[in-house]
Amino acid sequence: MLPIGWLGRARMGGWLRRAPGSLRGLRHLALGSPAPIGRGYRPPHTDLTVTAEEHVDEERYYQLYPGHIPTSPLQKALLSAGAAFMALYNPYRHDMVAVLGETTGTSALQSLRDKMRHDPEGYQILQERPRIRLSTLDVTGLRGLPDGTFGREYVRFLDSNRVSPDTRMPVKFVDDEELAYVIQRYREVHDLMHTLLGMPTNMLGEIVVKWFEAVQTGLPMCILGAVFGPVRLNARKLQILTTELIPWAVRSGLNASCVLNFYYENRWEQTVESLREEIGILHPPTI
Amino acid sequence: MAASIGAVVCRALHSRRHGKFLSIGRGLFSGARCLVAEGETHFGFQTVSETEKGEKVYHVFESVAKKYDIMNDSMSLGIHRLWKDILLHQMNPYPGTQLLDVAGGTGDIAFRFINYVRSQWEHQIRQKLKSHQNLSWQEISKSYQEEELKLPGGSQVVVCDINKEMLKVGKQKAQHLGYSEGLSWVVGNAEELPFNDSKFDVYTIAFGIRNVTHIDQALQEAYRVLKPGGRFLCLEFSQVNNPLFSRLYDLYSFQVIPVLGEIIAGDWKSYQYLVESIRHFPAQEEFKAMIEDAGFLKVEYRNLTSGIVAIHSGFKL
Repeated sequence: MLPIGWLGRARMGGWLRRAPGSLRGLRHLALGSPAPIGRGYRPPHTDLTVTAEEHVDEERYYQLYPGHIPTSPLQKALLSAGAAFMALYNPYRHDMVAVLGETTGTSALQSLRDKMRHDPEGYQILQERPRIRLSTLDVTGLRGLPDGTFGREYVRFLDSNRVSPDTRMPVKFVDDEELAYVIQRYREVHDLMHTLLGMPTNMLGEIVVKWFEAVQTGLPMCILGAVFGPVRLNARKLQILTTELIPWAVRSGLNASCVLNFYYENRWEQTVESLREEIGILHPPTI
Repeated sequence: MAASIGAVVCRALHSRRHGKFLSIGRGLFSGARCLVAEGETHFGFQTVSETEKGEKVYHVFESVAKKYDIMNDSMSLGIHRLWKDILLHQMNPYPGTQLLDVAGGTGDIAFRFINYVRSQWEHQIRQKLKSHQNLSWQEISKSYQEEELKLPGGSQVVVCDINKEMLKVGKQKAQHLGYSEGLSWVVGNAEELPFNDSKFDVYTIAFGIRNVTHIDQALQEAYRVLKPGGRFLCLEFSQVNNPLFSRLYDLYSFQVIPVLGEIIAGDWKSYQYLVESIRHFPAQEEFKAMIEDAGFLKVEYRNLTSGIVAIHSGFKL
């Protein structure tokens, strides 16, 4: 387990990490609790006599990846509650959905990471840490692929919905750098899920994808989004949703193997149908 | 050598802190008022060069400008309005006062000043009319029309801020609330004000001076632009004197405020900077000494809400 972690860390690079021989390590030895090497999660602050300044100094030392903001359990709880409220109050606040996912998703992310580790392709993804970005995607090349191939359909999806893979929020509140990659990968794969499920980026499409992801990943944010999303829909859409789309999405989610275990960047030429069959996604219903 | 003196000073100043060994280890660059190397200063709890601090502070306020007022209300639970009202009461301006509000960005102090002066003016008119009961109708209606268009008695407030975004928000607010007369908006640096000497009756700086890189220069500029007899007023976060309340305040500051910043404004880091910069600002007595150094006399301070904020006041005599 340790060698994999170290390789991953070497990949990330450019972050601050407290050396084992530091004062923080010593303090923990003195107090008898284990020094939290490699996890970055700061143990709960039961010592109220720690001054505010120290508190922040220690937090800064735990920056595990660029953009990481270490948070205490109290802060995570407040963030979760606030983000959930704000996401419902103002659905355009996508950053709040992202924050909610990060603060509530620890155990789901751990089980996702384990699934990835136990699969050869997933393991390869964890090693190589590919990122889906406009700068790395050869969009013109993908557009030149024949219709029906995964790459061509993905670019069609990006064009017709006018979205870009670069608008994904960077991870901030996950206190483990490998799990931070897992959630980043999940976010980047979300658009690919839209393509594979054949769902547009309107409210209805997003809810269907959320149901699929909720079943697949078990992330509390997905479950909350899936359950509370339909609140803003009218009766007609709700009917289509509940009678056809959701049962299909749930069946597909249960039938499919873990969607994060596919190296999508190597499969642009594969047809959408064959990729769906390989993953286990059932054919989308005609609406 | 400066390093060891710094460490000793740190220990002496912060003996109440429990993490002494942490202070020594990071001694030189941590702690609220430890010495830093030449040309360096604090940005929250980080150490940065002086030029960098100005830029970083500019970016902080540029990004929070639109949500500034709503964040103030949520962070202080609306109490910041009371603080600003108390500042105006202490100022007690009469119609005809020339006010310079530095770092006045979104205009809270300026608008309160205008309201105050207007109500004072209306009070004066009522007093005048009471004492002149034997005036004819023509004379009475003339006195109503005279000063109606101009801000009562020729009072003027100049809002000066280094940040254009904050001024933009302030101008929009003024338009929205209907303030136009006697109000002007100027871009300027508190350390180098674009005004002549002895121009203003009152100089205020509310929640701005802790963001200035060279506080002493800002104080000297304040002295320069005030008329003799002019008053300096500063409303700023300060050190809480009650130890139990101080712990609760720290807990609230570091746990809740950045979270509010992330949720309401989508910006954790700016509000982390805010709470850190408050810890770094000199305590009441020390700031009083700094104001006296700039030449002000009869310098006093008044704690509000147990020392969370303090109003410092001085006169140029």
